[in-house]
Amino acid sequence: MAAGVATWLPFARAAAVGWLPLAKKTMPKPPVDNTSRSDEILYVNVSGVRFQTWKNTLDRYPDTLLGSSEKEFFYNEDTQEYFFDRDPEMFRHILNFYRTGKLHYPRHECIQAFDEELAFYGIVPEIIGDCCMEEYRDRKKENQERLAEDTEANEASDAPLPPHSTSRERLWRAFENPHTSTMALVFYYVTGFFIAVSVIANVVETVPCRPPKGSVKDLPCGEKYQLAFFCMDTACVLIFTFEYLMRLFAAPSRCKFMRSVMSVIDVVAIMPYYIGLVMPENEDVSGAFVTLRVFRVFRIFKFSRHSQGLRILGYTLKSCASELGFLLFSLTMAIIIFATVMFYAEKGTKGSTFTSIPASFWYTIVTMTTLGLVKLDSVLQKHWSQVYHQNFIRLKVRLARIRMAKKGTTNAFLQYKEDRDRDSDSTALCVKNRSAFEHQHHHLLHCLEKTTNHEFTDEMNYSELCMTESVGFRTSRSTSLSSQQGAQNNSTGCCPRRARRRAAMRLANSTVSVSRGSVQELDTLHIKTTSIPPQTRSSLNAQADDLKLNCGEQDFTAAIISIPTPPANTPDESLPPSPAPIPGILRNTRATAYTHDTVKISSL
Amino acid sequence: MGAVVGTLTMQTKQRRPSREIMHLSFSFPSPADKTDDELEMTMVCHRPEGLDQLEAQTNFSKQELQILYRGFKNECPSGVVNEETFKHIYAQFFPHGDASMYAHYLFNAFDTTNNGSIKFKDFVMGLSILLRGTLREKLEWTFHLYDINRDGYINREEMTEIVRAIYDMMGKYTYPALKGDVPQQHVDAFFQKMDKNKDGVVTLEEFVIACQEDETMMRSMQLFENVM
Repeated sequence: MAAGVATWLPFARAAAVGWLPLAKKTMPKPPVDNTSRSDEILYVNVSGVRFQTWKNTLDRYPDTLLGSSEKEFFYNEDTQEYFFDRDPEMFRHILNFYRTGKLHYPRHECIQAFDEELAFYGIVPEIIGDCCMEEYRDRKKENQERLAEDTEANEASDAPLPPHSTSRERLWRAFENPHTSTMALVFYYVTGFFIAVSVIANVVETVPCRPPKGSVKDLPCGEKYQLAFFCMDTACVLIFTFEYLMRLFAAPSRCKFMRSVMSVIDVVAIMPYYIGLVMPENEDVSGAFVTLRVFRVFRIFKFSRHSQGLRILGYTLKSCASELGFLLFSLTMAIIIFATVMFYAEKGTKGSTFTSIPASFWYTIVTMTTLGLVKLDSVLQKHWSQVYHQNFIRLKVRLARIRMAKKGTTNAFLQYKEDRDRDSDSTALCVKNRSAFEHQHHHLLHCLEKTTNHEFTDEMNYSELCMTESVGFRTSRSTSLSSQQGAQNNSTGCCPRRARRRAAMRLANSTVSVSRGSVQELDTLHIKTTSIPPQTRSSLNAQADDLKLNCGEQDFTAAIISIPTPPANTPDESLPPSPAPIPGILRNTRATAYTHDTVKISSL
Repeated sequence: MGAVVGTLTMQTKQRRPSREIMHLSFSFPSPADKTDDELEMTMVCHRPEGLDQLEAQTNFSKQELQILYRGFKNECPSGVVNEETFKHIYAQFFPHGDASMYAHYLFNAFDTTNNGSIKFKDFVMGLSILLRGTLREKLEWTFHLYDINRDGYINREEMTEIVRAIYDMMGKYTYPALKGDVPQQHVDAFFQKMDKNKDGVVTLEEFVIACQEDETMMRSMQLFENVM
């Protein structure tokens, strides 16, 4: 929930007076609030920088470190303040989050340092405000890519070989890290030299040499010294073939090696030679054979094993592949448009070179590239990506956030009902876990239920119950607190009550045994029949947003989250925020746990 | 183009003890041009009366007023809540359903001056009645909430609106599933209880008497015990 909302809770509760005359039943007793009424100022010392804030400010987000009782671990009795040995600069942003409800990402900070601070204070990065979210995401993506490259590089590091490695492993290491042994280095340079030789030979053999005696016409050197060039070519190809076969032998995973880019380049570089050997000296076929010789120029790409820079260029191209693709597409569109225009414009004229539309392509391409329209395209690119971010990514992020928050509230409330209905002894512990704010909020929702004589459920239960009503089954209501831990119990909380709470929550979401197929059918039906246009942002209507969810699995996983969940490595909450599908996990649990007295269909 | 004109008007306490309004407006002097409306920036900042006066007028202590004002100011730095913000805030408490209609009626109930915005004073006076007022005051406030058109009577249509708004807050996923005529039945029950002389409308006196006779409701009044 937003920052100030906690402070409006008294107002919301007061407004419940409007329900009182309508309620048939007495309202439940309000939760006892033992905390002192008056607000106090807390002192937070972060590495010497003293911050002061109202206690209420920190209480706004009870799921974070500062908002929960976890901060008591950092309380210093002597100085009467909370001491954190963390970065005070970053803490400023964290504290501002509590004050304003918006988390901003400081652009000059390292993204990893920021993430670590957020993880420490139990704040989910997803709630970064729209103003800073794109920047954050871009930096995060960059960082992850860099890390991925680093780990790849580290894998091929110069660490000493493990003992007892086979000759095959040694050979592979020699190929991957030429610096490890002298032999490898020699081989590395030799291959590099031969690549260079091969490329130069390709170039030189087309240069016109002085004609042999007795002839007038200029000949390309390739034909004059045919034997010499042939020998050179053979030598190069032999070396390359040898190298390729050795690599293939040494590779730990041959299939993976054969599919890798470098191996493909190797093959493409040497194949034309062999094909040329096999091919007969036929005039008809030699035309095609000449084309094959073009592939010999790909030998130059073999240099990328020898040059870090080339590899980086390759990665860069790969990472902006989508943008490049779009660029090409838009260029193609422009070319076609202009070529067509030129063709039809010049159609009537005699002697026009625009004999057909493809013929005009060449003219268009040359003109466009000369005039630097490519530069214009790159400007379009930049704005395109901005617009894309604005319209799609931000919208997705916002919807995801709303969905998450809503699911969190729903299921926190259902959990509250579970606890309430169980024995008061066992709930004592669980109940303390939640903040006063949550208690009061849930009490408010409970009052609303009493007023309308209906209960809140979540989407899954609702569809199941509709289904059972329509089919006419009786739902057997039995309490069963069998601790059915789901398959994906991500972190076994150190606290057993937390595990129980989770189990209870899963039970709360589980339903009567109904055949899976029919429930799914109902779900899809259910989603298809309602098509309400999305409400304004001010009314978080369950209908509009839930329509976008896949029926079934995702709801369950999201059910375990409460707002806002910090990432998995903090001790407070224990589950990751992003819903990952757990297929069938909760459908397997079949016991319901509603125990309260009467839930009759209202016959007012 | 034109000179920037900044005007600052401030009414001092001696002349008008009720309120200070600071009205800053920078405008390009071409009122006919529609596009210039965008350039005009008006910042209206309402400040409430002094803390002492509010304390005298409400049943809250100074500290409670301070806490309330801090929350209020945080959410509405300009010092007023408009209906949109109000609905947004209220909706956060009821994520399951659509709280906008009920919030609308609440807004009208708080906005005693009927000018489309709630100032801190209105807010705090309303809260004071609800949380610290006498039983009669609370019932009167509730009556005014129900009486949408402010004619002094609650008729069936008004009550149906209110009940429907409340049921909307439940949302779609309820147990048992909400049927279409449930709100109507609820309204009928209400009128049966409240409308003593069966004339189809409920007056303030009928309402107050019926509520005081209603044991369930009187017990529920404990709801407001420790809200603040």
